Amino acid sequence: MPEPAVSDIPLLRIEGVAKSFGNFRAVDKLSLDIRAGEFFALLGPSGCGKTTLLRMLAGFETPDEGRILLGGNDIAQVLPHARPVNMMFQNYALFPHLSVRDNIAFGLKRAGMARKDIATRVAEMVALVKLEGLEKRKPDQLSGGQRQRVALARSLARRPQVLLLDEPLAALDKKLRESTQGELMELQRRLGMTFIIVTHDQEEAMTMAGRIGVMDAGRLVQVATPRNLYEAPASRWIAEFVGDINLFNGQVAARENGRLTVSTSEAGTLAVSELWPPVTKQVVSVAIRPEKVKLSRRAPASDAGAPQAINRLEGVVIDANYLGGVTSYRVKLETGAVVRASMANTARLDVDAYLAGQRVVAWFTADDCLVLEQ
Amino acid sequence: MSARRIFARPARLAAIAPYLWMVLFFLVPFGFVLKISLSQTAIAQPPYMPVFDVTEGRAALAAAFAQLSFDNFRLLLQDNLYILSYLRSLVVAVTSTLILLLIGYPIAYGMARLPQRWQGVAMMLVIVPFWTSFLIRIYAWINILQHDGLLNQILLALHLVSAPVVWLSTDSAMYLGIVYSYLPFMILPLYATLSKQDGSLLEAAGDLGASPLRAFWLVTFPLSLPGVGAGALLCFIPIVGEFVIPDLLAGSNSLMIGQTLWLEFFTNKDWPVASAAAVALLLLLVPPLVLYDRLQRRQLGTNG
Repeated sequence: MPEPAVSDIPLLRIEGVAKSFGNFRAVDKLSLDIRAGEFFALLGPSGCGKTTLLRMLAGFETPDEGRILLGGNDIAQVLPHARPVNMMFQNYALFPHLSVRDNIAFGLKRAGMARKDIATRVAEMVALVKLEGLEKRKPDQLSGGQRQRVALARSLARRPQVLLLDEPLAALDKKLRESTQGELMELQRRLGMTFIIVTHDQEEAMTMAGRIGVMDAGRLVQVATPRNLYEAPASRWIAEFVGDINLFNGQVAARENGRLTVSTSEAGTLAVSELWPPVTKQVVSVAIRPEKVKLSRRAPASDAGAPQAINRLEGVVIDANYLGGVTSYRVKLETGAVVRASMANTARLDVDAYLAGQRVVAWFTADDCLVLEQ
Repeated sequence: MSARRIFARPARLAAIAPYLWMVLFFLVPFGFVLKISLSQTAIAQPPYMPVFDVTEGRAALAAAFAQLSFDNFRLLLQDNLYILSYLRSLVVAVTSTLILLLIGYPIAYGMARLPQRWQGVAMMLVIVPFWTSFLIRIYAWINILQHDGLLNQILLALHLVSAPVVWLSTDSAMYLGIVYSYLPFMILPLYATLSKQDGSLLEAAGDLGASPLRAFWLVTFPLSLPGVGAGALLCFIPIVGEFVIPDLLAGSNSLMIGQTLWLEFFTNKDWPVASAAAVALLLLLVPPLVLYDRLQRRQLGTNG
């Protein structure tokens, strides 16, 4: 599938926006540029301010400070009904007394569209979200998935410059959520519209978004592509928030040719490739994702002459959880520290499986590790 | 399973309780009233005939049955006193209900928009008049409205009028009394529907381009119609049969059906005609109830 045309000029520029509720600073001087045609996800734990930020973009909250520029115009103080932005609500907020058709037509009527054009647009939207035949139903006569589609159609009908989606899939079951994720991405590509989605589900953000902004305590802590967010988290907090990770605290013992030697109390001396920008502090954490930790019965021989340094940790398997696609292991080292490793079940028979109590070597390369300031 | 058996019986009993109540306190008394309405007035104790007496045997009972007639209902139609009081009752009830809606809706709306902790206080303020007896409150109004009452004193002091205004024994006083007494019955059901309305619906309406006023008319108001219906019925039905307020506050030149009924019963001692008037009143109230039920069902969208 072709990538959507993402322009370099920001469509939406958020400049130093802040919002407090009483003493609680929900959004703290946040700045962010979003380009036209982008699928952007705001990810964060509950209470991090992502929903408040979205509501400020929709106009339901007014920022205490800062500007929100949409196509160059400051819309921070503009009332919701006068913004070329639409929102899909978490609870869908469908009008219970109106049919599917009237729900979708609501925004078009308010825009003063001609009756004939409204009918055409509604039909187009109904087809887009595959709700043909249900136009006359009321929301309480629809399934959860159908309601979600009506909400989507209603928010797309006015062809907003930016579509805001507040946890749009949270109420759906897992299977439906996954298929809907695909449909939303397909729709966004086809319409070339800018989508901003708020979610607490990192898998959802990674699946759909081109870029993810991670929020914590009202601030954006990292804005990156899904891959960079996962493989090069900017901080220890992000590394722990996004996905699973093993962390070993230690001190930088030596530094040469972009390779650090970190001595840790829990996992001995580890060799780590340094990322850019280099760490400045002496006290660091070495981080390794479970799927990058390999297990074997014997220590692997290091390739003589190759620049690849291998870290080896000997231990005992304390438990093995079979999860279908992967098996996740916990290995206890002699220091008492526990290393998590997950291995893909590439064979149907369990020839590669390790059992609890078995002695193994957990190993990983220096390139697979991250070094993070504490 | 045994637990289920233990709970099953009280649950079933609880389910028939409302029916039992209806039979004991509505259907049986209504049967008496209906029977009296088909009897003739008599100077006797009780003041009507025939009297059914099971001890006198089957033939006597059959003879008594034969004496029942619809004469009293015919009288209701012939004498325009009754038709006029019915009409006046309907006019008063419709007018009062409309005034109550116009006053009650904004109050209920305001209450529902208050911060959560103030809503309870507002609710108390609406209910607090009930702590004083209804009659005392109406008598208080007589005091306020009389010739040298509080209202006239204030109006005179403010130089709004040059001579005391006659308030008592007018329709204005009656409407004032009715609206004052029934306002909580209008506010409470309206508040109940308005306060449970999902705030995100208004946000959605705003998001889709509706100004706050538009959003009110397109979303809040249609969704509050069940409350409007409940409040209107809760006020309309008792107002139609209202007796005390028109008797104490309105003039005596035109009567509401409740007053006519009272006159027939206590002054004329004509129990059968009074009963016929009561039965007719009940029948008159059935159409609005059926209409309300229809509307409510349509609101719930059970057409699919």
